[in-house]
Amino acid sequence: MSLLEIKGLGIEFGGLRAVHDVSFAMNEGEIVSVIGPNGAGKTTLFNMISGVYLPGSGKLMLEGKDVTGMEPHLLARRGLSRTFQNLQIFQQMTVLDNAITGYHLQERGSVLADLLNLPSSRHRAEAAREGAQKLLARVGLARAAEQEAGNLSYGALKRLEIARALALSPRVLLLDEPAAGCNAVETEEIDALIAEVAAEGVAILLVEHDMKMVMRISKHIVVLDHGEKIAEGDPATVSQNPAVIAAYLGTQEAEHADS
Amino acid sequence: MKLSNKQTALVVLAALIAITPLFFPSSYYFRVGSLIFVNSIAVIGIVILAGYAGQISLGHAGFAGIGAYACALAPVHLGLHPAFAVVLGAIISAVMAYVVGRPILRLKGYYLGVATLGFGILVSMVLANEREITGGPDGIQVPDLGLRAIVKTMGLDLNNSEFWYIFSGLALILGAWVALNLYDSPTGRALRALHGSEIAARTVGIDVARLKLQAFIISAVYASISGSLLALQNKFITPDVAGFMHSIEMVTMAVLGGVGSVLGAIFGAAILTMLPQLLTVFAEYEMLLMGLVMMLVMIFMRDGLLPSILRRIRGKDE
Ligand SMILES: Nc1ncnc2c1ncn2[C@@H]1O[C@H](COP(=O)(O)OP(=O)(O)O)[C@@H](O)[C@H]1O
Ligand SMILES: [Mg+2]
Repeated sequence: MSLLEIKGLGIEFGGLRAVHDVSFAMNEGEIVSVIGPNGAGKTTLFNMISGVYLPGSGKLMLEGKDVTGMEPHLLARRGLSRTFQNLQIFQQMTVLDNAITGYHLQERGSVLADLLNLPSSRHRAEAAREGAQKLLARVGLARAAEQEAGNLSYGALKRLEIARALALSPRVLLLDEPAAGCNAVETEEIDALIAEVAAEGVAILLVEHDMKMVMRISKHIVVLDHGEKIAEGDPATVSQNPAVIAAYLGTQEAEHADS
Repeated sequence: MKLSNKQTALVVLAALIAITPLFFPSSYYFRVGSLIFVNSIAVIGIVILAGYAGQISLGHAGFAGIGAYACALAPVHLGLHPAFAVVLGAIISAVMAYVVGRPILRLKGYYLGVATLGFGILVSMVLANEREITGGPDGIQVPDLGLRAIVKTMGLDLNNSEFWYIFSGLALILGAWVALNLYDSPTGRALRALHGSEIAARTVGIDVARLKLQAFIISAVYASISGSLLALQNKFITPDVAGFMHSIEMVTMAVLGGVGSVLGAIFGAAILTMLPQLLTVFAEYEMLLMGLVMMLVMIFMRDGLLPSILRRIRGKDE
C-alpha cells in the first residue's frame, strides 16, 4: 500500500479537460515531481489532491483510505499539507503569526478559554509560538518574525509558506513551484530543505520549473501535457523520453532560444 | 514592567472612562457617555466579525433588538429578574445566530451583506407587528434593573445617569478585555487567517465554516448585550433598536474608527454618538455635515480614524 495513491484523477472546466485520467503513487520519504509546460494542469492536480477542487472523476487514496472529495481542513488533519504557486499569505498578520497558524490543529481548543484568556489557552498558544519560532529559524526568517508579512520579499514569502506547511508535521507535502521567483542562493537553500524534509520520511510532491533541481532531487517524475500524463519514471528515463522532449524540454529549449 | 498592547489598550480605556467625567459641564454628559459605551459594545462585536474574521453583517441590530426586548418582556411574562433577562436575551441571540448563520455564512461579500440585512429587517418587523406582546411601533416599558437601589444601600448614592455611566463603562471594559483576549488567542488567529486567505486557512486545517459561525455568534452576543443595556438604561424601547439604521450605524462606527482594532471601534462609536450632539448648532445641515465627515474620513483615512492617527504619530517619532 502506497502512502498516497492517485487513481485516474480528472476535472473539466466548462468543457476544458484541465486534468484527465492521471494516476501515480508515492511512498514515505519520496520526492516525486510533476513537470509539464504552463497550463498542463499541474496546479489543478494539486488543487484536487489537497481538496480545494472536487475531482470530476477518479480516486484519491491516503494511507489506503478513500479521501476523494474530502475538504482541505480534514485532509490537513490526515497529514496532507501544501504551499501555493500564487502566494496565499495572511498579509496583515506578522510573519510569526503566519507560521503559528500552521500549528492550528495543535493550538486550537475551547473558544471560551480563548475568550477569557484562561491558562489552557495561553499554554496552547505558547507551545505553537515556540514551534513556529524554530521553524522560522529553519527557513531563515527568524529575524523577520515580528514584521508584517506583507512587507516581505517574494522569496521570503515563499519560504514562509514552506514553514507554515511544515508546521502541520505533514506526512505528504505538496510544493507548487517553491523556488519560483527566488535567486540562486535561495533556490539552493530550498533545494536542501526539501531533501532534508524528505529524509525525515515526508512524501513530497513537487512542481518546479528549475529542471536541474528537479533532475537532481526527484526519485520519480510524472510528466503532464494538456492535462494528461504522457510519461513517468526516474529522472534518467524521463529525460530520454521522446514525447517528453517534444512536449516539454523542447518548449524549454525554445524559450531559451528566445531569450 | 512593560505593558503588552492589550494591557495598554485596557489601561487607556479605563483611564478615559474614569477621568473624562471630571470635565463634564453637566450631568447630561453622563448620559451621552453611557450611550457611547453601550454603542461601543455592539461595535466591538462588529470588530470581531468584520475586523477579525472579515465577514460583513448589515443586520446586527436584530440581535440588539432581541437583547432589548428580552429585558422588556421576560420580567413581565416569565417573572425573570431583568439581570437574568439580559442573559436570556444573549442566549436567544446566540441560538438565533447559530440557526441563521449556518446557511448564510456560506455567502461572501455583498451576498452575505444582503442576507444579514434581511435577518435584521425580519426581527424589526416582528417587533413592530406583534403589538399584543411587544407593544408595536410605539414601544414598550422596560423594568428597572434594581442595581442602583442596591448600590445605594451600600452607601453610594448615584443619579440614574451617573449609575449607567459607571455600569456600562465597566461592561465596556469587560467586553474590550474579552475581544482583546480573543485577538491574540488561537481562535482569534484562525479568524484573522481566514480573513487573509480562506484557501490557505483551510489547508492548514482551519474549519472555516465553524469558525465563521463562532465569530457570528460571539458578535451577536455583543449586540444583544448592547441592546439589553440600552433598554435598561432608557427604561423604554421601540423596534427602532432592531432597525436597519441601527445596523448601519454599528458598521459605520466600526469602519470609521478602524474596524481592525477594538480601541478604534470605541473611538468611532464615540465620534458618531457625539457628532450629532455637536452639530446640532448647524440645525438643518447636521446630517449633511455628518455625511461629509464620514466621506472625508474614508477618502483620507481608509484604515479608520484611530489607526491612521496612530500611524501618523508614530511616523513622526521615527
Ligand atoms: N478554476 C479554473 N477555472 C477554469 N479553468 C481553470 C481553472 N483552474 C485552471 N484552469 C485551466 O486549467 C488548465 C491547467 O491550469 P493549471 O493547472 O494552472 O496549469 P499549470 O499549473 O500546469 O501551469 C489551464 O488551461 C487553466 O486555464
Ligand atoms: Mg501552476
